[in-house]
Amino acid sequence: MFEKSIKELAEGLRQGEFSSQELTKAYLDRIDQYNGNLNAYITVAHEQALADARAADEKIAAGPANIWTGIPFAHKDIFCTEGLLTSCGSKMLSNFVPPYDATVATNFKQAGAVCLGKANMDEFAMGGSNENSFYGPAINPWSTDTSLVPGGSSGGSAVAVAARLAPAATGTDTGGSIRQPAAFCGLTGLKPTYGRVSRYGMVAFASSLDQGGPMARSAEDAAAMLQVMAGYDAKDSTSVKQAVPNYSMHLNQDLKGLRIGLPVEYFNKHLNAAMQKVLEDAIKLFEARGAVCKEISLPHTELAVPAYYVIAPAEASANLSRFDGVRYGYRCDDPQDLMDMYMRSRSEGFGTEVKRRIMVGAYALSAGYYDAYYRKAQQVRRLIKNDFMTAFETVDVILGPTTPSPAFGLGEKGDDPVQMYLEDIYTISANLAGLPALSAPAGTIDGLPVGMQLIGNYFDEARLLAIAHQFQAETNWHTQAPKTELTGL
Amino acid sequence: MSISPEDIQKIAKLSHLQLEKDKTEKLGQDINNILSFVDQLQAADTSNIEPMAHPMDAEQILRADIVSEHDQREKLAKNAPAIEDGLFLVPRVIE
Amino acid sequence: MKWETVIGLEVHVQLATKSKIFSGSSTTFGAEPNTQANAVDLALPGTLPVPNEQAFRYATMFGLAIDAKINRRSVFERKNYFYPDLPKGYQTTQLDAPIVGSGIVQIQLSNGRTKDIRIHHAHLEEDAGKSLHEDYHGMSGIDLNRAGTPLIEIVSEPDMHTAEEAVEFAKALHSIVTSLGICDGQMSQGSMRFDVNISVRPEGSDTLGTRTETKNLNSFRFMERAIALEVERQIDLIEDGGRVIQETRLYDGEKDTARSMRSKEEANDYRYFPCPDLLPVVLDDSFIDAARAAMPELPKDRKNRFIDNLGLNDYDAGILAASAELSALFESANKVADNAKLCANWVIGELSARLNSDNVNLEDKGFTGDMLGLLVLRIKDGTVSSSGARRVFDILWEGEHADVDAIIETQGLKQVSDTGALEAIVDEVLASMTAQITQYREADDKKRKKLMGGFMGPLMKASKGQGNPKLFNEILQKKLNG
Repeated sequence: MFEKSIKELAEGLRQGEFSSQELTKAYLDRIDQYNGNLNAYITVAHEQALADARAADEKIAAGPANIWTGIPFAHKDIFCTEGLLTSCGSKMLSNFVPPYDATVATNFKQAGAVCLGKANMDEFAMGGSNENSFYGPAINPWSTDTSLVPGGSSGGSAVAVAARLAPAATGTDTGGSIRQPAAFCGLTGLKPTYGRVSRYGMVAFASSLDQGGPMARSAEDAAAMLQVMAGYDAKDSTSVKQAVPNYSMHLNQDLKGLRIGLPVEYFNKHLNAAMQKVLEDAIKLFEARGAVCKEISLPHTELAVPAYYVIAPAEASANLSRFDGVRYGYRCDDPQDLMDMYMRSRSEGFGTEVKRRIMVGAYALSAGYYDAYYRKAQQVRRLIKNDFMTAFETVDVILGPTTPSPAFGLGEKGDDPVQMYLEDIYTISANLAGLPALSAPAGTIDGLPVGMQLIGNYFDEARLLAIAHQFQAETNWHTQAPKTELTGL
Repeated sequence: MSISPEDIQKIAKLSHLQLEKDKTEKLGQDINNILSFVDQLQAADTSNIEPMAHPMDAEQILRADIVSEHDQREKLAKNAPAIEDGLFLVPRVIE
Repeated sequence: MKWETVIGLEVHVQLATKSKIFSGSSTTFGAEPNTQANAVDLALPGTLPVPNEQAFRYATMFGLAIDAKINRRSVFERKNYFYPDLPKGYQTTQLDAPIVGSGIVQIQLSNGRTKDIRIHHAHLEEDAGKSLHEDYHGMSGIDLNRAGTPLIEIVSEPDMHTAEEAVEFAKALHSIVTSLGICDGQMSQGSMRFDVNISVRPEGSDTLGTRTETKNLNSFRFMERAIALEVERQIDLIEDGGRVIQETRLYDGEKDTARSMRSKEEANDYRYFPCPDLLPVVLDDSFIDAARAAMPELPKDRKNRFIDNLGLNDYDAGILAASAELSALFESANKVADNAKLCANWVIGELSARLNSDNVNLEDKGFTGDMLGLLVLRIKDGTVSSSGARRVFDILWEGEHADVDAIIETQGLKQVSDTGALEAIVDEVLASMTAQITQYREADDKKRKKLMGGFMGPLMKASKGQGNPKLFNEILQKKLNG
């Protein structure tokens, strides 16, 4: 049951093989048993999930239902869920029960899906290891001798899906936060085109970069998820009014003649040899299917991480000003006066990385530095986008690694933030340009999963999913499960 | 570009964050590291490049002037740290 | 030394939209605290703004009214600062690309001259909530009903040099926005609020002195007083060897004093940057043309029409045209009476005086243009004398009765215009005034005019005030000169 795809689960429910209540209960039992090891969930919605499953069973019995009706899944704890704690991995929101649903949450509800709970994450989505969670780190289920990070910020979502504590989960990606944990945990993760998925009710980190997306065990499951998540939302001014294709129907579109770009800036001397081998194997497979590979250049790649670490903190510094202890969220004990309330609520409520980024952002925007930092970074951002636009004149998709290496150990990156930031080197450009990008399992290094990244042109999610799907039809990297003590699989 | 301890204090104040004494130095170091890292940007030739605020270069869709939201005070008050007579209470505001 | 005052204004105008600038909450004034503040207004996590089209239409209308350039592309920015009534920790406003560019507002001064005040720009932004300082166990209460109400902030050039000019400028803006119907103009409810930048410099100097900003003045009278106080303070300070420091000041209307707002003194660095939750707003020709077509007549156009079509003088036309309400009343009165000058006199004189002294709104009074028109008509056709008409006006004004003719009748204010009856009265009165008649007949023309008054008094008395003075005058002339 825990290895079934979304489609197979939906069929099982319709055939009466199992009920949604049985399915949901089975997942809740696994969560109860293994979440202690993995810390994938911050909140488990036992009662609500079973109630929703009961309603789904009635709906299925009554007649035709959505493919998602009765299917359990997990939300990253960044999506507001009415009546269910939404902490965003922060002490600041450790008491926040939203009075409304994020649009993405509404979409899943309307489809009849069953939310199992809220997945762990780096505080306010700031981090690439899940070590920045107020609720403690989630643990990579592939860990054996030492504890490995699952990646971040959507670490809990990745752990939940990889460890079979949920069939699929939502994530968000500002600089790689879906793709990097997907790669570290052996999952398929997709960051859609900026504006494809509504950001309404998704706690903001960096508004012009944030995008919600699916984290699943296959491209096929990811397509089913994106179908629910995508679409224009009048409540989000930055969401795009463009028809949503039927992603599942496009999964088998022919790869013959597909033009794949290989950026020289990714395939250079810095690339880990084992990673290079993994990618070359994938390239051979695509070429065998009639794809044409071509060297391209994205000359401003090196500037992506620096530009990101100006823009994202700048936007975050303003986005996180609303956490002031006045209307909701954490307020310090016994404030002496107004300023004391602000200062202590924010200092006690936010973790170190969040405070660091708020301050970097405030600095980049402050008088005298705006042009040198913020404006400059926004100009570089356009250069990066232009690189991609030039590339897409001659190729359909760009292939490269998702991460420099497989999952690293807990605490391994030390406390130098810049070292941690460089982990995002391959993923960040797609966020800056607003392009869709997908990570799919493409092999292992030292027994640990690694991903290949496919970056597409705007609104070309269907193509990315099709390429990954057909890769998965001929490989079994994506079906491997972490059979470790941590998961009991 | 290097940032002085005074600048750190100034930014902390602007951000309404309180610095713990023993962590100020490390924080200053971290922020300096980050700033010298992002200083790579200065090397880029960006003359005549329009800053990109937004990936799509799209235009805003405006909303019709309709009152679509009604009193939700009770529901919204549930998360409030301190509330009385429907007002959010804060330590005295001095103008 | 002689000093010159330099004044610039920043005016916040609440736009009369039904819903807020970025959310679907109502903007109605006076609701219970926080009943008109939804998740977006409270800046709950994940909520996003969606701009209100009507706010853009209203701002466009204002821009067109002051002959300003409408920026086809405007951008919202975040202005970052912490305040309990500012839920997001930043105000969404416009900086580099405001919707309205530079324009001109003409003001009329009491010396009969007009002056052009330049507008630097006007931008759209959101209002903040309110901090209520009544004692809640030593705490303040935050009401966010007002948070997100659309504002245009109008920024003038420092073109004013006296309190009168500043007040006339404020009144002219009030007149424009209320005529356009884009603001209800209710100053006591904060619908228009004025920040006044004031500096002084030695007369003849062309460098500006250090300015102070007196914030949130919400009446013309307070504005006048606050300026007078501040100018005096600055001059005294400099003459005593002191120096004006740039600061924000708060004027207390009740105590007629002002003080420095220390809380705003901390050097603020607002860290403006384009709001990433909103896209640039692009207005096309059809939007602007439609806004123009929807604009009611503007004060300056109305004034010209009153002069050209109705023959009013410049001064009367200016005063009437400045008020949409008085103009409407005047026009409906004139429709009935067909005597623009007389109608204008009544509106500018009696009616305005009563509005001021009673401190009321026309709308609440139930006094209509038709009433005034009929009254003027009755003066014109001789039914009632001017003094009688004043009595009728009083009754109409107090709302005791609404029918002009009935009031004239029941109050016995109808003039006697029957020449036969009047002639009899004249004969009777003259019979007892032989000495005065002789004196009159011996006098020269100039003196005669004066002496006429001596006969009118007794005649009006004899007719119990109801004799038509014009007819009395004619009969008297005939008899005395005859």
